[in-house]
Amino acid sequence: MLTAINLACVRGDRRLFANLGFTLEPGGRLHVTGENGSGKTSLLRILCGLSPSETGEIRWQNEPVKHLGDEYRKSVLYLGHHNAIKEELTALENLRTAAALAGVAVDHAEGTELLGKVGLSGREDLPVRFLSQGQKRRVALSRLLWSTAPLWVLDEPFVALDTAAVAWLADIIGTHLSHGGMAVLTSHQEVAINSGIAQTLRIAS
Amino acid sequence: MKNTAAMNGAGPSEDIGTFGVLAAVVRRDLLLALRRKSEVMTALFFFVIVVSLFPLGIGPEMNLLRIIAPGVLWVAALLATMLSLNRLFAGDQADGTLEQMVLSPAPLGLLVIGKIVAHWLVTGLPLVLIAPVLGLQYDLSGRALAVLILSLLVGTPLLSLIGAIGAALTLGVRGGGVLLSLLTLPLYIPALIFGAGAVEADISGLGASGHLSLLAALLALACFFAPWATTAALRIALE
Amino acid sequence: MENKIIHWFKYGSPQTFYPLAGKMIPWFWALAAIFCIAGLWVGFFVAPTDATQGEAYRIIFIHVPASWMSMFLYIVMAFWAGIGLSLNTRLSSMMASSIAPTGALFAFLSLWTGSLWGKPMWGTWWVWDARLTSELILLFLYLGFMALQAAIDEPRRADKSGAILALVGVVNVPIIYFSVKWWNTLHQGASISMNKAPTMAVTMLWGMLLMALAFWMYSIAVALQRARAIMLEREMHTDWVKYAVE
Repeated sequence: MLTAINLACVRGDRRLFANLGFTLEPGGRLHVTGENGSGKTSLLRILCGLSPSETGEIRWQNEPVKHLGDEYRKSVLYLGHHNAIKEELTALENLRTAAALAGVAVDHAEGTELLGKVGLSGREDLPVRFLSQGQKRRVALSRLLWSTAPLWVLDEPFVALDTAAVAWLADIIGTHLSHGGMAVLTSHQEVAINSGIAQTLRIAS
Repeated sequence: MKNTAAMNGAGPSEDIGTFGVLAAVVRRDLLLALRRKSEVMTALFFFVIVVSLFPLGIGPEMNLLRIIAPGVLWVAALLATMLSLNRLFAGDQADGTLEQMVLSPAPLGLLVIGKIVAHWLVTGLPLVLIAPVLGLQYDLSGRALAVLILSLLVGTPLLSLIGAIGAALTLGVRGGGVLLSLLTLPLYIPALIFGAGAVEADISGLGASGHLSLLAALLALACFFAPWATTAALRIALE
Repeated sequence: MENKIIHWFKYGSPQTFYPLAGKMIPWFWALAAIFCIAGLWVGFFVAPTDATQGEAYRIIFIHVPASWMSMFLYIVMAFWAGIGLSLNTRLSSMMASSIAPTGALFAFLSLWTGSLWGKPMWGTWWVWDARLTSELILLFLYLGFMALQAAIDEPRRADKSGAILALVGVVNVPIIYFSVKWWNTLHQGASISMNKAPTMAVTMLWGMLLMALAFWMYSIAVALQRARAIMLEREMHTDWVKYAVE
């Protein structure tokens, strides 16, 4: 269970948001909406622990995240605007390395299979710089398949995906939620995720 | 090293140990360096060129060159290392992999150490290997060359460790490269003094053991403190 | 006792510290002036002429206190920066940033007076002795700190990054000093050394101490003034600044 209490964010001289709080239970998804520059990405980064909040705190399973450290990071998966992949490595190498850095072992066979699920069969051994934007995004999304983290924090995950991929991702998120996972996401598009209890958080500027 | 779980599409689940994560980081960076060979070679060529510049500036008088050799070789190694420090974290920050490292459940210090090890293997070790060849241009004796190799072998990891702090502090900051030099060079001075001093001491017959021990002590100290300072600086850079 | 604790945290915010600093500054300028006059008087009129170096040695009354100050201020700066980093207090970081330029100034002053001393004594404008060389490196450390903070736009990041640099620096200063001393003694060429200052007559020591106090009071006055300027700049969008500037 994720609880945010009285979060605030200041960028330079501007106060993006204040008094922000919510609770997310297992199976729940939180849609964060707001205009460009309203602080959606900042909020997601604060939830992950990348940026500190000016005020308030975040609690995971009722423990302040500050005290949890590694344990919290083990429970969070973050997909930001960047794909977090290396252009010179192949899709397979990227997947296996990303997993290794998170402490998860994925061998050659497993990796190939996972990449197949993301629609990259036959392209696993190509250096990623030869792939299209959409394909690179899929390599980034493959992270969702090997991760065991219950909380997914996804910033604009549907960007650069075609209709089929969007449906596939919505499905993956739905499955994750129905297994007791949680998701916080921002999205400019309307996407139907057919599972989980939805909440919407609107950041007004 | 990697656990191969018997898989049947159930998804990977086994944890890699601490050493496994470290090895993964080192392997990744080495692989990247291998595929971007030009970046690797520039530091090496810089080292060679700088060392060759001094005789051109000072004159080919062998007696003089023999005296300045340890200092010149060490300063050149120092500068070559510094040139490569920019790349240590900048690439990872640009494509988002640095964020993922900070968010990883593995200790960030461990990942940083892995990156520094890879950096040394790619930048420092080649300097150590080519230095004796360059030392011959300055007519250093075989014994002095051996001490030179040893001093660089202990010294270049030290340079990588200290340099990592500067690289993390100046990540994404205006004026990056020059600012990095301004911050790092004063911190390099003890390494320079003991490293070059070791070779000079050997040449003058005083014995290099004192210098080398001090250099090794600094390396031990840096192994302990540098990762801490670097991770603190990285977290701040990503805030 | 309870009152004292409340007092401390009350003055921990820029808003309350600003007027307090304003009141303190003139006092520190006055103290600086008094000590300076006393110190220079002792240095130039009371302290005896040196047997070997004549009158020219009197520059140590500026050179040595400036050296002391440059090193002392670095430690103070690192202290405040460390507090700012660990306790996340804005004011401590502002103090650290305010101290840096003054510390750099004293380091430069020490080098300049050292050079002026060297010329009539040893015939060269510069000697690579351990103290002067360490002082030069200390100047680089100050400049690095100031350059890093100047290059980072976001104030909190500048504060924290500077703090790490200052802490790394403070750990390195003894290492650097030791290594430079080692370097200097092994390279026997330096028979010239600033350490060959005249054996201290008590009056000379007094002169240097008074000048050191003068520099210290000056540093506090100037650092407080700089800190006030930084406070105004950083908090310019708040109400208390609007009132303060009126």
